[in-house]
Amino acid sequence: MALSFTIPVSIISRLRLALLAALLSTAGLTSAQEPVRIAFMDPLSGAFASIGTSGLKQAQFAADYLFNANGGILGGRMIEIVPLDNKQSPTETQIQFRRAVSDGLRIIMQGNSSAVANTLNDTISRHNRRNPGQEILQINYSAVDPVLTEDNCSFWHFRFDAHAVMKLHVLTDFIAANPDINSVYIIGQDYSFGQVVSDTSIQLLNEKRPDIAIVGNEFHPIGQVKDFTPYVTKIVSSGADAVITGNFGADMVSLARSIIDNGLDIPIYTFYAAYDGITATLGEDARDKVHLVHNETSNPIPTEERKEFIRAFKAANPNNDVTQPRIINALSMLVQAMEQTQSTDPYDIALALEDMRFTTMSGNEVWMRGDDHQIFQSLHISVHTDEGVEFDADNSGFGLRTIHSVSAENSIVPVNNCRMRRPRR
Amino acid sequence: MLEVFIFATLNGLVTGLLLFMLASGLTLIFSMMGVLNFAHASFYMLGAYVAYSISVHLGFWTGLILAPLLVGMLGALVERYALRRVHQAGHVAELVFTFGLAFLIEEAVQFFWGPDTKNYQSPDLLDFPLFTLFGQEFSAYRGFMIAISVAIFVGLYYVLTRSRVGLIIQAAITHPHTVANLGHNVPLIFMGVFGVGTALAGLAGVIAGPVLTTFPGMALVLGSIVFVIVVIGGLGSLEGAFIASLMIGLLQSYAIASDLGVPDLLSWLGLEFARDHPLNDLWTLTLPQIAPILPFLLLVLVLIFRPTGLMGNREQ
Repeated sequence: MALSFTIPVSIISRLRLALLAALLSTAGLTSAQEPVRIAFMDPLSGAFASIGTSGLKQAQFAADYLFNANGGILGGRMIEIVPLDNKQSPTETQIQFRRAVSDGLRIIMQGNSSAVANTLNDTISRHNRRNPGQEILQINYSAVDPVLTEDNCSFWHFRFDAHAVMKLHVLTDFIAANPDINSVYIIGQDYSFGQVVSDTSIQLLNEKRPDIAIVGNEFHPIGQVKDFTPYVTKIVSSGADAVITGNFGADMVSLARSIIDNGLDIPIYTFYAAYDGITATLGEDARDKVHLVHNETSNPIPTEERKEFIRAFKAANPNNDVTQPRIINALSMLVQAMEQTQSTDPYDIALALEDMRFTTMSGNEVWMRGDDHQIFQSLHISVHTDEGVEFDADNSGFGLRTIHSVSAENSIVPVNNCRMRRPRR
Repeated sequence: MLEVFIFATLNGLVTGLLLFMLASGLTLIFSMMGVLNFAHASFYMLGAYVAYSISVHLGFWTGLILAPLLVGMLGALVERYALRRVHQAGHVAELVFTFGLAFLIEEAVQFFWGPDTKNYQSPDLLDFPLFTLFGQEFSAYRGFMIAISVAIFVGLYYVLTRSRVGLIIQAAITHPHTVANLGHNVPLIFMGVFGVGTALAGLAGVIAGPVLTTFPGMALVLGSIVFVIVVIGGLGSLEGAFIASLMIGLLQSYAIASDLGVPDLLSWLGLEFARDHPLNDLWTLTLPQIAPILPFLLLVLVLIFRPTGLMGNREQ
């Protein structure tokens, strides 16, 4: 009885999706003009599938809703988002990259895991050096390891999310302004991004509030921890007033749940503690405790245009949310670059994207810096709550409400180590 | 320090006992069929998801009873209609079959329930701190987890060593043909053991789901560690699995609780390395950092020095 409810709904929605995809692809075939094909490479199966598939739905919906429904781009060409499943593994990413190349895909959107983004960045740089005229463009909508726009910056890579250090500037300013916080515990996944969060937090807090004690700096293997309670025991006995973590996915949910289940009543400052089942799982217990730093406010939504977009998305995908508005921004800027140059060639697009200023659906102007291909946009800190939440997450009644904002100009950090090699044509 | 030690012990017990519930079924199935069931942790995940769906409509307690039964039934069916046929083709075929089954179950779970984390919560009845020590709470639900696991161990041990069924099972493990000649239905016993084993895995999933979160990767996280336990404890030994589970649970918990690491060792030796030393990652390694991979280190050591495992007696 219990199961019989879940199964049919899920099957029907999947069938509907498949049917829609089939219809769209046949529509593409019959239309006279070739579609503009963009690869979307992220985990679509396996342990990390939830974020990847949700991102894919947003990319596909944005392409259909904003462009395909309005007659396409470049004088009538449709956008086709081609899903490629890299299982969030660098090895699988190489295989999928080969597939993309042999399928003639020239633009690859990717966001999940900085390790994967770094692999893709290296692979693309090498490929582009060896195959002039056949270059590939990397549209990074979410991987936030600063190295991608610093030491390893590339002409063929554009980042549409604020990197970890920028986000930590906002977060540590916010923490420093809170006189109740005198000690902080940092815990994170043991890989490049987790290390960046830890090192930068310590450095920035030391500069801004030297009196705040760092009472813990812990790393755990990524995706290996079954139970975070032993870690939380240490947090409790350290007497910390706040926790900072860059964890994502299951590691984020488990950590937050453990903190809450152990009766620890302190704020948790995070990057990825919302949506895709996380908000619903945190629920009532995490109210006003879990904080997120992110771009594009979730509540309140500043413009009717974006509200309309979210409602339309919810109508088409009742079980998903618009979790990453930066996907929409990235796609829109990509289209603007194509329209400006009347070309789908990565080289032309890259030149047009450099120093592009673009007004998002929320009415904010964003700027893609040409020197290192890092975007600048207003950043926000939001709290997990059910008050003042017009657009909730996971249909749970809970969602994010923005309590602190920093304008795009104030989020700008200088270019430090980017020596970009610019190809000549 | 005392508080950390006490809570590390309690946490280790909870993890260890939970691991035992999985390992007991796996080790039983191994001793019967002589094959490692790679899909075992997938039945654990299935238990959590089925219980979640039931709990949404009928509450946690109904799920606690129904879900393991359903998972056990599914396990028995898998044995009866699939594994038994594959068995004729030898152990390698069985191994490959369970390996494939693990993937199949993972994809099926994502297909029916979606890739998101599920909001599976512990019951309100147990939503209070059992006791508070040094300002730290120990939740009643964790106490409940310990109680269930201990009850399962005692019950299983009693059935296997004291009851008539247990005697037949033990005999069937070592002398299946003799047992069959005595008029017992050995295939039925196999099916029953497989069913009970998967039901135990399902039960572990039901009670672990709310604490360790219910998501499609949960089988993957626990799967490898269960094999480690079964090998360390000695393939086919229930007591060995029990000891190994507690050992690994406590080992990980203590490792996380300690703040020791290579820096302490170096300062004790009076050595120091610059921060830009090429092996800086090694010099700054701490015990909590490697805690979750310690069991695998233990596995390697056990395989080198005592290949049969702690209590194993199979491969002389």
